[in-house]
Amino acid sequence: MTSVPEAPVPAKVVLTRVVLNQADIDRALTRIAHEILESNKGSQDLVLLGIPRRGYPLAVRLAAKIAAADPTVDPAAIVGQLDVTMFRDDLSHQAMRPPYPTQLPRTGIDNKVVVLIDDVLYSGRTIRAALDAIIDLGRPRIVRLAVLIDRGHRELPIRADHVGKNLPTSSSEKVRVRLAETDTVDGEPVNEVVIEATA
Amino acid sequence: MRHLLSTEDLGRSNAIRILDTAEEMAAVGEREVKKLPTLRGRTVVNLFFEDSTRTRISFEAAAKRLSADVINFAAKGSSVSKGESLKDTAQTLSAMGADAVVIRHWASGAPHRLAATDWIDAAVINAGDGTHEHPTQALLDAFTMRRHWSRLAGTPSTGADLTGMRVAIAGDVLHSRVARSNVWLLRTLGAEVTLVAPPTLLPIGVEKWPCSVSYDLDETLARGVDAMMMLRVQGERMNASFFPTTREYSRRWGFDDNRLRALDSLGLKDTIIMHPGPMNRGLEISSAAADSPRSTVLAQVRNGVSIRMAALYLLLSGDNREPAHHANSTPSIPAETTSAHVTKESH
Repeated sequence: MTSVPEAPVPAKVVLTRVVLNQADIDRALTRIAHEILESNKGSQDLVLLGIPRRGYPLAVRLAAKIAAADPTVDPAAIVGQLDVTMFRDDLSHQAMRPPYPTQLPRTGIDNKVVVLIDDVLYSGRTIRAALDAIIDLGRPRIVRLAVLIDRGHRELPIRADHVGKNLPTSSSEKVRVRLAETDTVDGEPVNEVVIEATA
Repeated sequence: MRHLLSTEDLGRSNAIRILDTAEEMAAVGEREVKKLPTLRGRTVVNLFFEDSTRTRISFEAAAKRLSADVINFAAKGSSVSKGESLKDTAQTLSAMGADAVVIRHWASGAPHRLAATDWIDAAVINAGDGTHEHPTQALLDAFTMRRHWSRLAGTPSTGADLTGMRVAIAGDVLHSRVARSNVWLLRTLGAEVTLVAPPTLLPIGVEKWPCSVSYDLDETLARGVDAMMMLRVQGERMNASFFPTTREYSRRWGFDDNRLRALDSLGLKDTIIMHPGPMNRGLEISSAAADSPRSTVLAQVRNGVSIRMAALYLLLSGDNREPAHHANSTPSIPAETTSAHVTKESH
């Protein structure tokens, strides 16, 4: 083995602050759903692709809200999941990540308006990987990006088209999105966004 | 996980992780662009001291689908025929910057030797060592069985194991690394394994293996089998008379047309017939059996690429700057540590 630095010890969380509660998340998603419909001038050719893990449940929720606003839409037919693990540029620097399934809507993504959906936009590298992943699957007409939280600190020229909340953060803080579909606290499913400050 | 050397010490969670990852890799093979950029800039060396077609090609296809660079090294026509030792060969490859070494060797334990010494820094994958182990073959067999077993149960295969599946492995167990790797792995995944062979083709100590042993193929079939795996009669390793004639072997331990018909009359309509290849048609398996709809021979080859992609991905991704004690230990993915390290930082 070459030089072996010590494994990083997880820093202790000293302060936790809830920035969005369940109702806040719901309102933000309702607004994003309407923004998506507005910028697309309707539900024509829309495909929502969630990035695992938490982008996918967000995409499912957004599709339900779009269907509520436009009854011609079948929410299950416009949602997909896009795994970007194999396209990341940090695979040799991060702990091993198991890949998740990629599932596209039956209509595919060729000539569609694809809205990528993720929970937190930070460095932009996940989205970079997602753009590569999309190109291998087809050729959408337009690709847009919707995120629940934009916390800044971009490392690439990428920005979101639809943002639930802009959250100025320090890079020493952690933003955790917890969704009932994927997360529990003390055994209870929760919907919240918290900032954790570490010592 | 640092190396993939054997299935004997591969835990259940690691085995299922490899199978689940292979499911995602299989999906890539069905896409228009059958290539992922995942291992761009990494070098995989196929180090083959023994003849092989499908395993080498399978590893090569797997590495290329993940965008790794592949160097093929066959002992024939190389410095090995001039007497170069394994150590010198390994150090030469190390100096060329190999990130993973896929090794097949006629000596049992050669991959362990590479992994346990400091001759080379790379991840070592055992592609068959002597009569010891062939872990990726066992994993692809388990993958093929799991897909079949889950389809019968009507459940998704991801995350599932082989609990309750009855597997018979028949033929030349004595010389078969495939049988050994399968016995360990299938036990780990919860299947019941029966070895069927003439007494001369069973190794000493087989009674201590976690499986049952039979000398009678028809009796084993009559008791019910969900997957029937035939092993190749390895003529090239046989330096003594293990059975009187090939005709007698074929009649008593080969999967011939009569036994193929017997599956129907026994009501075993969902039993699959497996063979690791290359097949000796007419010896351990008849042409009708090999080409029947029950045969999974080609599915096994296809699944082999997915399994090897999964193995390469799991060994070559992840933080390589892990603590030194991992370097020499047996394969072990720290079971749930990954999720602890994967934080929202990567956004």
